[in-house]
Amino acid sequence: MIEYIKNVWLGFWTVIVGMRITLAHLFEKKVTVQYPDDRYPIPPNARNKLYLDPTLCNGCTSCERICPVNCIKVETLRVVPDDPERPMIADGSKRKLWVPVYDIDFAKCCFCGLCTTVCPTFAIKHTVEFEYSTYSRDELYVRFSDMSPEKIIEKKKMLDEFQAKEKAAKAEAARKAAEEKSKTDAKAETSPVTESKESN
Amino acid sequence: METINFVYNLIPDQFIAIIVICTIPLIFLIVYALLAILGELKISAWIQERLGPMRTGPWGILQPIAEVVKLIQKEDLTPDTANKPLFNLAPFIIFMGAYASFAVIPFSRYFIPSDINIGLFYIFAVGSIAVIGIVMGGWASNNKYSLLGAMRSVAQIISYEIPGAMAILSVAVLASSLNLEKINIAQEGGIWNWFVFGGQGSWDKLWVVPFTLILSLIYLISSLAETNRTPFDIPEGESELVAGYHTEYSGMKFAMFFFAEYANMFVVAAVLTITFFGGWNSPFGNFMQGPGWDVFWFVGKSFFFVIVQIWLRWTLPRLRVDQLMYVGWKVLLPFSFICFLFISLFRMIN
Repeated sequence: MIEYIKNVWLGFWTVIVGMRITLAHLFEKKVTVQYPDDRYPIPPNARNKLYLDPTLCNGCTSCERICPVNCIKVETLRVVPDDPERPMIADGSKRKLWVPVYDIDFAKCCFCGLCTTVCPTFAIKHTVEFEYSTYSRDELYVRFSDMSPEKIIEKKKMLDEFQAKEKAAKAEAARKAAEEKSKTDAKAETSPVTESKESN
Repeated sequence: METINFVYNLIPDQFIAIIVICTIPLIFLIVYALLAILGELKISAWIQERLGPMRTGPWGILQPIAEVVKLIQKEDLTPDTANKPLFNLAPFIIFMGAYASFAVIPFSRYFIPSDINIGLFYIFAVGSIAVIGIVMGGWASNNKYSLLGAMRSVAQIISYEIPGAMAILSVAVLASSLNLEKINIAQEGGIWNWFVFGGQGSWDKLWVVPFTLILSLIYLISSLAETNRTPFDIPEGESELVAGYHTEYSGMKFAMFFFAEYANMFVVAAVLTITFFGGWNSPFGNFMQGPGWDVFWFVGKSFFFVIVQIWLRWTLPRLRVDQLMYVGWKVLLPFSFICFLFISLFRMIN
């Protein structure tokens, strides 16, 4: 009987305690915010949408190689030594590679942050932007390169010409070397051949 | 002309008055239901430290209207295998049961739609119509969840009606009347004369004060069970029964269930106000007492108890079925019997 009375009293008392707690919460400051109008600050080291500064990128492709989901695609062109532009990277060093293609597929990106840690020039980094959902997957494929198509064609042509020249020079050098060699060989031919003949 | 005049004979003398008296509670009920829905949304949000609806109108006050508009637009589905006449009738029967109680609820000493001598008994009798509606809806849906929900609801309402009725009966003993107006008049003269504190009388009424306090609590708890609200909402326990007896309902028919639930909440709050908390009487004796203030006090107290119901809903979890039966039959029932016995004894000796 005493157990029963205790039980009933306990049931009643717990309801009172619960109602007191909810009453206290009724007047407390609300934890939710009116989201699109009013939002919580995002910590600056948050890993959200990636951003590439094309003026800083030196085209080393470290990010492309370390990306675990292969969402980064980088293509580079060598800078011709006699390029009239004398291109520079924004950190002051000389640019050695043009970056005509730097694409990130945000549909694939897993926000691991590896690309930002390997980047030697700190060109790629996470921003605090996280609301970039789109109606199509194609819109998530972002091209970061700042080179215009004409410029890419021009640079390609320059590189081709340079490479052709280089090749020609190489061929020339090779030919010269071959000539030299043949000359020296011709000079040296007599002794070894005779030796061989002798040996035969 | 002779042939048409008989129509006028069929219409009673105070036809327009009757229409007006019938519609005033309905208009009140619609406005109240919108307020209660908003209250439910906002109080639940605040208890959980959320903001609640904020977009529709300033601070979201138009949200209930938006919800009603949404429900009206919804497709009105009827399952193929449902028993169509019963399926379509059930929501309206439930609402009718809730609305019929308004015939005797005295909003003010000048507004008592029907001043009958057995008002309390009438409210209890009419309140049970909801059970028929629930069984009808649950059975006619031809859905196991609906039927289980309806059966649970019936078991629950029947078991909790007894302690509730004992509590009300004690008030009838104290007021020696079942007439709601007389019960209200018996509680005149300030908060100390309300039946929750034993009603009017000299200092020897202190003997019954603990019992009336317990009885008011018992009525509050059993009224929660009768309106199928948390912690007694096992008839619609989402985790087990999808939505209980209104699983198959959609659109306006579902809205009627919803509306009936809120109407029932008001009815039980009004009965609690009338029987234990002085009805239209001001808590300060003759101060702020009068026909206009009557409406204010009555509606204010009833709204307070509606808010208490909402508050309880967002505080307590749902009871298990065996716990529900334990509370009903082994706690509330013996307590109400003991209290009733003591009050009757007191009344007999006094």
